[in-house]
Amino acid sequence: MTSYLFYPGCSMDASAKSYYDSLMAIHGILDLDLQEIKDWNCCGATEYVGLSLTPAYSLISRNLALASQQANGSHTVVAPCSACYLNLAKADHYMQERPVLGERVNQALAAGGLHYDPGSLAIRHLLDIVVHDIGLETVQSKVTRPLTGLRVAPYLGCMVPRPDYEKRWSDHEHPDELDRLLKALGAEVIDFPLKTHCCGGHMTQIGPSTAFELIRRLIHSADQYKADMMVTVCPMCQMNLDAYQGEMNRYFHTSYKMPIMYFTQLMGLAFGLPAKELGFGLELVSAGAALGRIGVEVPVPEELKARPKKTKKTGLPMPVMPGDEEVNQ
Amino acid sequence: MPNHEEVPLTAPSTDIHAPMKKSGANPNLRFLEEVSAATAGVARLEMCIQCGTCGGSCPVAADMDHTPRMLFAMIRAGMREEALKSNTPWMCVSCYHCVVRCPQDVHITDVMYTLKSMAIRAKLYQDSTAPDFSQTFVDMVENYGRSYELGLATRHYLKHFPLRLPGMAPMGMGMISKKRMSITPRRIDGIEQLRTILARAKELEAVS
Repeated sequence: MTSYLFYPGCSMDASAKSYYDSLMAIHGILDLDLQEIKDWNCCGATEYVGLSLTPAYSLISRNLALASQQANGSHTVVAPCSACYLNLAKADHYMQERPVLGERVNQALAAGGLHYDPGSLAIRHLLDIVVHDIGLETVQSKVTRPLTGLRVAPYLGCMVPRPDYEKRWSDHEHPDELDRLLKALGAEVIDFPLKTHCCGGHMTQIGPSTAFELIRRLIHSADQYKADMMVTVCPMCQMNLDAYQGEMNRYFHTSYKMPIMYFTQLMGLAFGLPAKELGFGLELVSAGAALGRIGVEVPVPEELKARPKKTKKTGLPMPVMPGDEEVNQ
Repeated sequence: MPNHEEVPLTAPSTDIHAPMKKSGANPNLRFLEEVSAATAGVARLEMCIQCGTCGGSCPVAADMDHTPRMLFAMIRAGMREEALKSNTPWMCVSCYHCVVRCPQDVHITDVMYTLKSMAIRAKLYQDSTAPDFSQTFVDMVENYGRSYELGLATRHYLKHFPLRLPGMAPMGMGMISKKRMSITPRRIDGIEQLRTILARAKELEAVS
């Protein structure tokens, strides 16, 4: 059993619960030992670096310092979230590229009794571990219920294949690792041209109309390729494409219903695990119809069962205020 | 015979510390240096050849005041105020398309982060939405050690997009009822240690 230092990141507690649940459900089957870094903190997302350099990198590096303290034979940190992965990788990389930053970060860490030697840990994304360490042959050997007939759009987003300091991926813009993984599960994989385009990132918060356009492009393209669902490797991508899809539809007067699932959820399904252990049903754009076609029933979460069905899918009609569309100008 | 003394074939000194000879010299010619020094890695901003690959690769270029290429020319020209007022860094979605395509390996995304922090310090960026979001996020992280999506999104939307809140309510309720947003944040055990580290980091940042 290979063991890894596991950095879950804040989303895994809440918005990406289905990612966490499905990972926990499959890690035993894959012989993947994940040792959670004790008392890890937020990586700062893409926000802290835009305010202040040394504090931002010190925040990230506290996690690396804790990881090296707790390292028990393993020197590989695994992050399932693309933004967390890149932040951790960047801190490690830039503390070496710019030694003065490394010194300053370590001076700050020293105030808390910590230290990190840049370069001493390998920082990797979960998909990288699955594809390159576990390997597709092993994954395929665990498949008991192939996803035959499910047409999927592999969607990586930005921060896994780029900037890719360690050159772990086959290409910056059209890597095929996720495609090959999903094929190993038996799914029909479309050659998704926007597989590494942006989901909108934090623009859903600071400039919704900019974000909606980026979300629209992705969903529209996947829809044109007649994908049953998009498969993602990042909580921020999933959140933007799933939770903001309804609002994007209202904004553009479209009616897309593209389910956005995590690759770990599909792995669990193909391994024969029940959908309810894999966080299916937590998505806002239901995967029910798509999975029904391959004979998988998506559970309805308990708390939703009791409620009467709404007659209108969008809830109450809301007045549109003049200038609303320019609200982020 | 042309006078090579007067018209040198090679560029004069690229040393930006060299004193300016003409009157009315641009006092901001060290701006590029300042931006580079405040950037995480080795920015390589001075290597920009103005090819425009960055702007052509950018998914949000249409919403930017200046393409990255133009912004870098402005930085080189010492147009400090204009550069720091630009919305360009705030529109950047950190997709790194430009970074991997840049033939000169300029650390474009990181330069954008630097410009944001400089604009906040110089109080030059006009629209407070984006800086506020960053600040709200950071306040939350400094308070709990973890980020807390519900509190963040609600505070932010209430302040900046109140008209959008009713439209977002079904999404918010969906996220809560499916237990995808925590109502209460979780605080890390080492919050005091983290605050001590960040306080020291801020001191170090101030003297740099």
